Amino acid sequence: MAEFLSVSGVTRRFGGLVAVNNVSFNVREGEIMTVIGPNGAGKSTLFKLICSFLRTTEGEVRFRGEKISDLAPHIVARKGVVRTFQEATIFKTMTVRDNVIVAHHLRSKASLFGYFLNSALARSDNAAFRESADEILATMGLSGLADELAMSLPQGHLRALGMAIGLASNPMLLLLDEPFAGMNHEETMQAVDLVRCVRDRGVTVLLVEHDMSAVMKISERIVVLNFGEKIAQGTPAEIQSNERVIEAYLGVEDDSIGL
Amino acid sequence: MIGMSRQFMLSSILFVFVLLVLVPLAVNMSGRQDLFYTLTSVALLAIASGGVWLTFYIGRINIGQGAFSLLGGYVSAILMVHYGVSFWLALPIAGIACSIVSVLIGLPILRLRGVYFAMTSLVLTQVMQLLALALPITNGAKGMVSIPLPGALTLFGVTLIPDFATIGNLKQAFYFLAVVLMIACYAGLYRLTRSRLGAICVSLQQNEELSASIGINIAAMRVLAYAVSSFLGGIGGAIFVAISQSIYPSSFTVTDSVNFMLNCFLGGLGYVFGPMLGTLVLYFGWDLLYRTADYQLLIFSSILIALMLVLPNGLLSLRLKALAKGGHYG
Repeated sequence: MAEFLSVSGVTRRFGGLVAVNNVSFNVREGEIMTVIGPNGAGKSTLFKLICSFLRTTEGEVRFRGEKISDLAPHIVARKGVVRTFQEATIFKTMTVRDNVIVAHHLRSKASLFGYFLNSALARSDNAAFRESADEILATMGLSGLADELAMSLPQGHLRALGMAIGLASNPMLLLLDEPFAGMNHEETMQAVDLVRCVRDRGVTVLLVEHDMSAVMKISERIVVLNFGEKIAQGTPAEIQSNERVIEAYLGVEDDSIGL
Repeated sequence: MIGMSRQFMLSSILFVFVLLVLVPLAVNMSGRQDLFYTLTSVALLAIASGGVWLTFYIGRINIGQGAFSLLGGYVSAILMVHYGVSFWLALPIAGIACSIVSVLIGLPILRLRGVYFAMTSLVLTQVMQLLALALPITNGAKGMVSIPLPGALTLFGVTLIPDFATIGNLKQAFYFLAVVLMIACYAGLYRLTRSRLGAICVSLQQNEELSASIGINIAAMRVLAYAVSSFLGGIGGAIFVAISQSIYPSSFTVTDSVNFMLNCFLGGLGYVFGPMLGTLVLYFGWDLLYRTADYQLLIFSSILIALMLVLPNGLLSLRLKALAKGGHYG
């Protein structure tokens, strides 16, 4: 059987700079996997290559046997690979509920014209989307805020809304771009629970993250990047004791200061 | 009906009644038939501005609608003069021709955002004008004149609309034509904003990357909105040609394109009926300042700047807040 997600030999160059160099790894269905690395390691670039927001220079990404790299982003979403964004990327002037309803786009049965004419199919879509949106908002702990304008939400809730938008597309694989960035410890722990919630709905999760404590807590497997190259892969315990990873994060071991 | 509050329905019926019954009555009683011509112009400009509003709605500053009004005008004029096509057929063809051209132009330029798209769209009117000057079929700077009036529209032997040449009150006839089309245009735009399509447009306006990530084909949606927008520009232009029975390369200029955009700003970008009000106020505001002669443009511009400072969300932001909160999917 084909791998759920396979990244093979993916390289991306920006002019002379090699942002991601020949990176390969697989994601298994149903797991939470994380890509970590120091600043500038190429995490974000790799992330964009997987969801095809950037084109690869070499190599390819396959999802359930099908090549998804270099397709238009909306096609990749249609195939079941959906991303979220760093920071507060939501539809600001819509209500929280409308944000999630519009994100049901891929589940639309009615045509655009059908929506315009409010056909029977469009009405049943709208009712179904609304119900599903309320269910997703409840899972994400946003039920009480459904009628608020999205731009009025505090940071932590915005992340939850971002994930809710991602979930509404019914993805098989959800890519989370630094879901814990800029959060305090308590918020991070809440967000960790949300990511688990997402996985428990049957969605495989691949995240790119900075926050080591959260990553160690949440991930089943970790890939470590440094200077665009994969330097390690394994369980959190393996990664924590991996010398190359420690070097990358803390600098080269120096006996003279007794590290 | 669909997603309309009782209050909204009553005010729409009242609005239509005023436009189709009270205004014609008042104009006829005042004996100032020229007012029909003025109001017809407002209605047609409002149709073209409604198109511009739609491009704003997907997050593009469109300063090129004059190009499509000019194109629509020439297409209908050429069809009627050179090919003897009836006005009632030439009108939709003109709109569709504009849509097709806008798709071809839009595919590359709609990738640009913000001021870059605005600047590119600004060039379009000039390009269309130069084309009209250069092409043999448009008769160059001499323009096309003696364009026939709209003939009768018959369907299965039933005369729906009489031959305009036989109508005594021609100005009133054109007023009705323009106003009915304007009402249809804004009813369509209103329905669009209240449907899932509206939500999709707003999603594009707010964040195209996020839109794409939830599976929306942003390139296709942008082009679709632009095609509808240009269709409306073309329809407006074609009716102008029918009224004046002539068209010149200078019939629609860059100034008109800028005005279409200003109409949207003035009325309020957040309100679908904004451009209609904006067109009315801008058109009459300009005329009212006629007596100030040399200072007309100075005063006019100063008032516009002041309005944008005081009411950045347009005139309708004064009272339509409740209506705007209704959301989509009604």
